[in-house]
Amino acid sequence: MSTSTAPDARTKPVQRPGDRVFFGLSYGAALLILLTLAGVAIFLTVEGIPGITASPDEVKSGERFLPYVGPLVFGTLLAAVIAMIIAVPVAIGVALFISHYAPRRLGATFGYIIDLLAAVPSVVYGAWGIAFLAGQMVPIYQWLEDNLGFIPLFAGPASATGRTIFTVAIVLALMILPIVTAICREIFLQTPRLHQEAALALGATRWEMARLAIFPYARSGIVSAAMLGLGRALGETMAVAMVLSASGVVTFNLISPTNPSTIAANIALSFPEASGLSVNALIASGLVLFVITFVVNFAARAIVDRRKEFSGAN
Amino acid sequence: MTSTIEPTRPPRRRDVLDDLESRKLPTSAARIVVGIALAVVVLGVVGGLGPAKSVVLGWLVTFALPLWSRVVEGSRKATDRLVTLLVCSAFGLALIPLASIVWTVVSKGAPILGSQFFTYSMRNVVGEGGGIYHALVGTLLITGAATVISVPIGLFTSIYLVEYGEGKRMASAIRFLVDVMTGIPSIVAGLFAYALFVLFFGEGVRMGIGGSVALSVLMIPVVVRACEEMLKLVPNELREAAFALGVPKWRTISKVVVPTALAGIVTGITLAIARVIGETAPLLIVAGYTDSVNFNLFDGRMATLPVFAYSSIRNPGVPPEFALDRAWGAALVLLLIVMLLNLIARLVSYLFSPKGEK
Repeated sequence: MSTSTAPDARTKPVQRPGDRVFFGLSYGAALLILLTLAGVAIFLTVEGIPGITASPDEVKSGERFLPYVGPLVFGTLLAAVIAMIIAVPVAIGVALFISHYAPRRLGATFGYIIDLLAAVPSVVYGAWGIAFLAGQMVPIYQWLEDNLGFIPLFAGPASATGRTIFTVAIVLALMILPIVTAICREIFLQTPRLHQEAALALGATRWEMARLAIFPYARSGIVSAAMLGLGRALGETMAVAMVLSASGVVTFNLISPTNPSTIAANIALSFPEASGLSVNALIASGLVLFVITFVVNFAARAIVDRRKEFSGAN
Repeated sequence: MTSTIEPTRPPRRRDVLDDLESRKLPTSAARIVVGIALAVVVLGVVGGLGPAKSVVLGWLVTFALPLWSRVVEGSRKATDRLVTLLVCSAFGLALIPLASIVWTVVSKGAPILGSQFFTYSMRNVVGEGGGIYHALVGTLLITGAATVISVPIGLFTSIYLVEYGEGKRMASAIRFLVDVMTGIPSIVAGLFAYALFVLFFGEGVRMGIGGSVALSVLMIPVVVRACEEMLKLVPNELREAAFALGVPKWRTISKVVVPTALAGIVTGITLAIARVIGETAPLLIVAGYTDSVNFNLFDGRMATLPVFAYSSIRNPGVPPEFALDRAWGAALVLLLIVMLLNLIARLVSYLFSPKGEK
């Protein structure tokens, strides 16, 4: 901080041209990120508004915007929530396995293996979903219809191709599993060592230690991990577009051949052939998706940030 | 132990002793049960039950361990063993789809890989033949351009966050927005790029560079987070030493801080590339698809590997086998590229990370 020159009235450090340019570049890059995010919202709104206000006979769907986008929102939420319900318990188990149950030296390797699931491109998930998973699910759906058909979720008739919203939810669950696992794993590893040792010293079994020391510490982290996974599942496009045989209905029936579509899949399927105001309607539905994921991610981040204040030993 | 003492105390003491000494499963109990379960799986497969059912049956057999423990050791230890079993099962459950995906893609995609597959485009190809040359070119160009856009922006933003933004509101706002940006769905990024390019080029625009812009939106936050973590790891002593020698701040950053963190930065950028190279949705929207080779990012539709795989599956043509074969081949190539990038990233961070200093 101190300079070797004689002290003078100047209190600010020397600003060389290089410094100014470099600071300008850095600041500009940071500003550009602000602008990009604002740009996403603004451009989608500008291009989307004509689609929202379009009259039914001007767009391909032949409907007003709200009745058009409503079933899509429903399908998006349904698939993502089921995916989250499937993925989160498994992810917690896997994270606990890697952080506390697996031999310590193998833990990192197992972590990489699970991370590989995140590296698989979504189009590969989609292809696998069609070629392998859907076929495997057909007899299961048939069994569900025969034996649990009285539950509205499994009312059937069972799909003969297996390309249902439930299959999609399984694929989505696989895709968000590595993200949720990674976050849970980090938080489990951060649990204060003293809490764990104290629980074990009092005679707790390993499970009781996890229940008494790890989970209370990690609760908000698990919640936010689940919500980040939900956000990812909401926006996932290709796997849904490829696997689902959609027909734009609103139904809780998970195994029938008629399934609600999702916003993202609908855009991907309709966009290449769309023209005119239909494009604007699709962009507007993209804006709806953006708002939904923004809210979910915002909430997740807020939980993480709140947790920072309470973390540690207090 | 003796029958003359009042009845309440001795049993309790015996309980304690039993807990510590006698009421335990043998240490090999888990191994025995797992061995039996494996035997059941093998017998099931040999006996024609099919691999899936055999594995489920074997898995059910392992629940004998908590039951056995419940009888011998009591409920607390039985619960512990049950949870251990469930936690291990969760890991196994996560591995099954991974193995299945890799096996499906490799077994279906490997036969078509050959020199023709890599050197031919799909121009004027109907039915058999053709290749992914056009898609490979498009993927490399679009991802390359996205990297060229994202790396400077991401790196300079992280420099701002770490070196200039200390404690400023702007920095925490940026950090938060970068987090939010990580969650933007890829299709929304594609729509953004489309909406942006429509303003300049009119409706129905399809351009390779649009795909690059969309991928950049997805890539920048990843690069920022990775670089920020790495720059934070550079010890403050290095910066102070440079300042003490009278080195200007910008030279300190460019000659001391960034080179120290370079291995980590390269790793982060490689992982970011691996993340976006498999993106399909935004490219489907802005870059479109074509059967021909297109080297010009700024003119017309451009094929990419993921979109090629997608459209081959979606519209396979009349004898669908050939297109499906090509789709699996493209999926395998894509998977190999992503795995290779991940491997390179791990290698770089393993080989070039500074050792023995923190």
